[in-house]
Amino acid sequence: MQHELIPTRDGYGKALLKLIEEDKRIIALDADVAKSTRTAWVAAKYPESFIDMGICEQDLVGTSAGLAIGGMIPFCTTYCVFLVGRAWDQIRTTVCYNNLNVKFAGAHAGISVGPDGATHQSLEDVALMRVLPNMRVIVPCDSIETEKAAIAAAKAEGPFFIRFGREAVPVITSEDTPFEIGKANTMRDGDDVVVFANGALVYEALVAAERLEKEGVSVMVVNLHTVKPLDAEAILAAAKKTGAVVTAEEHQIIGGTGSAVAELLAQHCPTPMEMVGVRDVFGESGTGEELMKKHGLSADGIIAAVKKVKK
Amino acid sequence: MNNDELQTMCKTIREDILVMINKAKSGHPGGSLSATELVTALYFGGILNYDAKKPDWDGRDYFILSKGHACPVVYAALARAGFFPLEELGKLRKLGAILQGHPNALHTPGFDCSSGSLGQGLSIANGIALAMKKQGKTNRVYCLMGDGEIQEGQIWEAAMTASQHKLDNICAMLDSNGIQLDGRVSDIMEVEPVKEKWASFGWNVIECDGHDVGRVMDAYASAAATQGKPSIIIARTIKGKGVSFMENDANWHGNAPNDEQLAEALAEVRAKEAY
Repeated sequence: MQHELIPTRDGYGKALLKLIEEDKRIIALDADVAKSTRTAWVAAKYPESFIDMGICEQDLVGTSAGLAIGGMIPFCTTYCVFLVGRAWDQIRTTVCYNNLNVKFAGAHAGISVGPDGATHQSLEDVALMRVLPNMRVIVPCDSIETEKAAIAAAKAEGPFFIRFGREAVPVITSEDTPFEIGKANTMRDGDDVVVFANGALVYEALVAAERLEKEGVSVMVVNLHTVKPLDAEAILAAAKKTGAVVTAEEHQIIGGTGSAVAELLAQHCPTPMEMVGVRDVFGESGTGEELMKKHGLSADGIIAAVKKVKK
Repeated sequence: MNNDELQTMCKTIREDILVMINKAKSGHPGGSLSATELVTALYFGGILNYDAKKPDWDGRDYFILSKGHACPVVYAALARAGFFPLEELGKLRKLGAILQGHPNALHTPGFDCSSGSLGQGLSIANGIALAMKKQGKTNRVYCLMGDGEIQEGQIWEAAMTASQHKLDNICAMLDSNGIQLDGRVSDIMEVEPVKEKWASFGWNVIECDGHDVGRVMDAYASAAATQGKPSIIIARTIKGKGVSFMENDANWHGNAPNDEQLAEALAEVRAKEAY
């Protein structure tokens, strides 16, 4: 498969520019990492629609909340690990408890951010955000889907969390690929096993499916871009059809997308299941590729999980 | 209301605070009684623009109660101003009540933001003030903080933000009663000199006796007249003000008076001409 490589954060920057052009209530905020998160694109083109809050994540979230109360639509942006970790209480008690119209963008998420090491590798954020009432959680798979996710979040009322990475990843969707919040997207049909993946792992799942097909295993790949609200109907249907489930995410397996799927299946359709994700350890320095490989967040890791679940 | 009428209203509000906390059998009387003049002047002295029948009127000024545990004083003011019936005060902290133990904006008419986790209100107030400026609106934003509360680091992040963006549509109020849950602020984590701290963060600082309604009214007027920088009123107050056995006693930060104590407290509040 040949695909163009583009960082997902570019899709976020493009979405912000499009949104602000249409609606001056949209405002981007950042905490001193604007060049990395692409909010700098807003600062350059629409300086009135951008605020750099400095290195103050708690104040960043509180100010965003106030802007929402005052009728604006803030996109509260910074590195995922600091946004979710440092300001979780502000996100919980001020934004979610009030059901405020704040959109959170967690950039540089996951282990693939690489050389900066464990302090900067957000691997707990999906768990921390999906546990919050009123919050919706989206993990897009490429730059085009990130752009669609940000636009969809802006048009819906209430708090959203969109998580994306730093590295350039293959663009596997197109402008025409359907995107609807809360609707899982079947990327490839199959009969023997279903892989629910999101973020960069969707591409890895597609690669794994191609290779497995040559070995006679028919793999369904579902892009579970929305972790909350979960598309229960699609998940249950795929689990019933295939009878074997693998989840794959660039996140701790505790509390993440796999956990969300397991919570659903355990209650409504217990199914043999394997989870690909980071296994309760911190990351470390290395290239993104090396780290993804080391932790099994790869086509190889998914193939091993498929073989295990089919045994 | 003129200053005499405000003083009478302060007495009524203090009675409401004591009665509702007694009925609820829990709550925070100390920091509600210390903030009574600040809140009463705000709602009844013509400082805050509001429409009790239309709480979300877009011409309203905003009030963020950052020290959320002092909600009884605001609940009393909102009820007396007509946002909801006085009977609601008797249901404070009960299952299904519109008056939660700490403010919930989705349940209580007149609140623009929930609070209860300390240190967050000033950032929220800044955000509203920025939104007003960005939209060319002249609505003002008020934010009440406790002096123990400003031990939270986020307050100082927000102090920088207000000054960086020259938010002269913000008026913060510091209920400087010197006592926090565990004891004296000065014994636990000194916040003084607060005047110098806020001034050095670029704020217009107005200090006053927080129990003299005339002085409190003057302070609000002075804040409203200040341009180019945010203002803070440092109100020197007494925790538990008006009830001698509660005054300056950290044990009354978060304890409810029993029926006997309530009778004694109410008699004392009613007997006073002014505070």
